[in-house]
Amino acid sequence: MQFKISVGKLAVAAGLACGLFAGAVPAQAQSAGVLHIYNWTDYTAPDLIAKFTKETGIKVTLDTYDSNETLLAKLKAGGTGYDIVVASNDFVPIFIDQKLIQPINAADMPNFKNLDPKWQARPWDPKAAYSVPWQWGTTSFSYDSSVYPGPVDSLGTLFNPPAVFSGKVSMFGSPSEVINLALLYMGKPICDTNPADLNALVKILETQKPSVKVYNSAGISDRLVSGEAAIAQIWSGDAARARMQKATLRYVYAKEGAIGWMDNMAVPVGAPDYANALKFINFMMDPKNAAIETNFAGYQNAVPASAPYVTPTLASSPEFNPPKDLKMVFTKSCPALAIKDYDRVWTLLRQ
Amino acid sequence: MRLKTTLLLLLPAIGLIFLFMVIPMLISLLYSFMTANVYGGVTMPLTVDAYVQMLFDQDFSGNLTFMPDYLWIMLRSFYLAVATTVLSLALGFPVAWYIMCQSPARRTLLLTLVTLPFWINTLIRTYCWILLLRDSGLVNGFLQYLGLIDHPLPLLYNQPAVLLGLVYTFLPFMVLPIYATLERLDPRLVEAAYDLYASRWRLFRRVIWPLTKPGIAAGTVLVFAPALGSFLQPDMLGGGKQLLIGSLIEMQFTSSRNWPFGSALAILVTAAVILALILQSRRTKAMEARA
Repeated sequence: MQFKISVGKLAVAAGLACGLFAGAVPAQAQSAGVLHIYNWTDYTAPDLIAKFTKETGIKVTLDTYDSNETLLAKLKAGGTGYDIVVASNDFVPIFIDQKLIQPINAADMPNFKNLDPKWQARPWDPKAAYSVPWQWGTTSFSYDSSVYPGPVDSLGTLFNPPAVFSGKVSMFGSPSEVINLALLYMGKPICDTNPADLNALVKILETQKPSVKVYNSAGISDRLVSGEAAIAQIWSGDAARARMQKATLRYVYAKEGAIGWMDNMAVPVGAPDYANALKFINFMMDPKNAAIETNFAGYQNAVPASAPYVTPTLASSPEFNPPKDLKMVFTKSCPALAIKDYDRVWTLLRQ
Repeated sequence: MRLKTTLLLLLPAIGLIFLFMVIPMLISLLYSFMTANVYGGVTMPLTVDAYVQMLFDQDFSGNLTFMPDYLWIMLRSFYLAVATTVLSLALGFPVAWYIMCQSPARRTLLLTLVTLPFWINTLIRTYCWILLLRDSGLVNGFLQYLGLIDHPLPLLYNQPAVLLGLVYTFLPFMVLPIYATLERLDPRLVEAAYDLYASRWRLFRRVIWPLTKPGIAAGTVLVFAPALGSFLQPDMLGGGKQLLIGSLIEMQFTSSRNWPFGSALAILVTAAVILALILQSRRTKAMEARA
């Protein structure tokens, strides 16, 4: 879900560019007895909110955003009045470090036992002190098997595509998405700053570029379904939706691995309704509720017992069931030097 | 008393400009001399690094090297903005002239049609161009249906597509000011020119063009300035394969988390536009002096 680029984000960027951000914006939420949630756009099941209100009598308001940067900027500006925010795994350490979210001690919650053990302790929040999983998925690529029969088992097919894919490759529009997957293909770690590796990385991306039709994070599944692109870097959930519209699409779990990501619920510092926020987080770890969210947003949750309540076509889809031995590398927020290198790679590629 | 009233009436406009234009620009200027914060934002100390970065950048090993890439990006943006302005003028002038020649009722109708696109969000309109121009889009589909082409033409995700998007978006800003000056054009001057046996071309060169210059100048600025900083059309119609300065600025404030450099670039764009305005007004003044 990271870096969903849209007008909203661009508008925010424009706002930032104007330097208007510092003083303006927040303070729309607030008022006790009402739970204020701030989540990604189209990422909160309406049925879920209705059910929570019905069970607890707590009213819920929902505001949405479209990038982690927006969330970061808002929380940094302060006084947002939100009780629950949903942040990607790479941003959780930043929020903890900047003291923007507060401890919730999720492990003490009654429903915590429902979480898959592998998600109870996550690298970005090892003791579940600050956050609880919302949804997760993988980033890899899909190709059209009617264009290229395959079999495909390597990221090399994406980065060094066979001739049939020439001019038919679609990549994400954000540097971290593209560069992280390319580093995985090279067998190098995310946030690599080794000059030799980075020069090789630029070579790989420059070699791929003539085959690339577009670098854009929006409308990926649409491009695959319309045939505009025959091979595309894509999130697992989008890949599943695209395949349901075009059966010849195949989501690839490459031998080099896949990028994993997870969005996490957290409670901002200064949340007006701390107690109710905890109630909601506990509510979300209930299998039935987690399933409602999965059925709505189309991504995996961290509650295995939710499986019987998930729509069967979704639950059994290959995009939802990565092989047990898949090397899954989770995104992380890179240190300043690596960010600078990513920026340079991305600029060199498109100068 | 009169002066006071005038000042009072002007106050809201001046306040608005000060609050939403001057202050943000001053903040940008300040930010451009500060140091980038790790998670976005700026911090002390003051530095000119952001301006140095426009020409010299550290390579992966940390050596400061001459980097012409940003220069290319700026030149490309400049070229596209100029091309957009010239094309808008070439397309917009005849449109304005045509509207002026109509009956009052038809004029109102046509002017409404010119402004009609503003009723729809730019993002949606730009996305519609994708639907029209893509391989399986309406244009290629129609040409294939007619049997004129076998394979879809590469209409989308290249520079001409960006140019098309820019001209399409900013054309009304050229038509409207030119129409405003044409409307005030004294028809007797045209008649006089004909009476004196001026050819159509001479009439245009010696009478119409000089009299509509203020409108053309206004239109040129209104098209050039936003075209120079645009990022929606380049990103969506250009396929993100070639950076323009607008996208470069956006990138600095988001993924690259280098606000000072983004601010410095924004200042550069503003400076370029202001410079163009100054040159424009100097030329106008010089011409008025000659006349």
